[in-house]
Amino acid sequence: MSTSAIVMMIISIVVVWGGMVAAILKLRGHPDPDVPESGPVAGEGH
Amino acid sequence: MATQPRAREQWGTRAGFLMAAIGSAIGLGNIWRFPSEAYKNGGGAFLLPYLIALLTAGLPLLILEYTIGRRYRKSPPAAYRRMSGPAQVIGWWQVAICFVIATYYAVILAWAVRYVGFSVGEQWGDDPDAFFFGDFLRAAEQPGWISSYVGGVFWPLVLIWIAVLAILALGVRRGIEVANKIFIPLLVVFFAALVIRAVTLEGAATGLNALFTPDWGALTQGSVWVAAYGQIFFSLSIGFGIMITYASYLRRRADLTGSALVAGFANSSFEILAGIGVFATLGFLSVSSGTPVEETVTSGIGLAFVAFPAVISSMPLGGLFGVLFFGSLVIAGLTSLISIVEVVVAAVQDRTGIGRVPVVLGVGGLVALVSILVYPTDGGLYLLDAADHFINQYGIALAALVALIVVVWVLRKLPVLQKDADATSAIRLGAWWRVALGVVTPLVLGWMMIDSLRTEFDENYAGYSTGFVFWAGWAVALGALAFGVLASLIPWKRDAELVGVEPEAAPDAPVEGKH
Repeated sequence: MSTSAIVMMIISIVVVWGGMVAAILKLRGHPDPDVPESGPVAGEGH
Repeated sequence: MATQPRAREQWGTRAGFLMAAIGSAIGLGNIWRFPSEAYKNGGGAFLLPYLIALLTAGLPLLILEYTIGRRYRKSPPAAYRRMSGPAQVIGWWQVAICFVIATYYAVILAWAVRYVGFSVGEQWGDDPDAFFFGDFLRAAEQPGWISSYVGGVFWPLVLIWIAVLAILALGVRRGIEVANKIFIPLLVVFFAALVIRAVTLEGAATGLNALFTPDWGALTQGSVWVAAYGQIFFSLSIGFGIMITYASYLRRRADLTGSALVAGFANSSFEILAGIGVFATLGFLSVSSGTPVEETVTSGIGLAFVAFPAVISSMPLGGLFGVLFFGSLVIAGLTSLISIVEVVVAAVQDRTGIGRVPVVLGVGGLVALVSILVYPTDGGLYLLDAADHFINQYGIALAALVALIVVVWVLRKLPVLQKDADATSAIRLGAWWRVALGVVTPLVLGWMMIDSLRTEFDENYAGYSTGFVFWAGWAVALGALAFGVLASLIPWKRDAELVGVEPEAAPDAPVEGKH
């Protein structure tokens, strides 16, 4: 493979997969609050 | 008919929702569309417009659909209706689009199921092209109407529909979520094995060179940018209401933007992997057959059912490679098909208050029936091709454009939706989100629309006759819009409305009131 192709392949993988890993880490650090929801009309009565 | 209020179904876990959202986004387009689009539009340089399109159109739209879904907790027609009565046209239009797409998408899965079997023993022989169109599909010479059924497609199609309807009947948590939790890891394993095999083939480097060598000059061409936005748009499953439907099963406090980023980047990660797998394989084909790579590049049906069988025949242990490839197509497509049919099912459930199982059997059964009656036939291939082209361009893309204009500029809902998303999300939205949805995406979609309309009027799509293009293409796409308008005119019964009803915008009612 040519140098430019190898460089672009590595950049593509690092940026896109890195973006996915970063998003997963960010999301893991922000768990959904464990609030039980109330039956059929959740949200009513606020 | 049961009309008493019942609890809206919910995802069991956040991971379950994410798997389902990723399963919906990753479909056939990731495997057979991305590699050739990247190759044709600048190779390695395509990454730049592709990432910009992801950040300025794909992710903002994904976040918008998640937010609409979770805020109104309804499928598209009821969700848009609660934004503004007439806006429900968009929702019904999207339901009709999903109906059409589901009917033919399942057929491609049926082909792939058969090709998993054909791979064992490489039953396509020396001429995969003649085998696919002739022996297998028994396609007529000319596009036209149906004159005979093809049993080899009919029966696997029936099986696909039984599987999809069974999963949907089991419900959001026990059906859709469980299926995706099994299928997505399985897809990753299958595809990883396929890519490892592909990059170790002789000639793989030749193919990867062709895919990744950057042509920076391409970035000055408008068409390359349009292609990047088009790829992001069509591969993320945005614009036809799926993500609104899936997000309507989220808990009130569930994270939105972080989930959208994970799903969006996971979809792109899979695409990059598919690019590597497909081009490494095409490199092997090029080296083993002595043809230049550019002559081996195809996309869509031709890539999967003609080019790949030829490669499989010429490699050691090709049968195993074929099982992995067609197995991946089946899994990737199945999880997308489930999400497409779910839009129709959820819309009818929300509209009528009827329970899931009868709706799946009734309306899901109707989708299956149309699919089984129309496509496993001698004219099926042409009908599929025309329906696919027109429903994509003048269904999905046009509906997305109209939805954006209505939500952003007519109803001016972005500030409220942004507040809703920010209230529970890991990543807060900024002005970039409103600019992306209000300006960048509508402009690009508008440009795409004008661009494709010009081509449409220059020459008939795929060289088909004007009558065929009209009935199999335009009539299908415009019929979906007409259905949207007609369905929205049927008055809603009070008791149907009461099913799971919630006051509009509990968290931010004062803001809503200012509009």
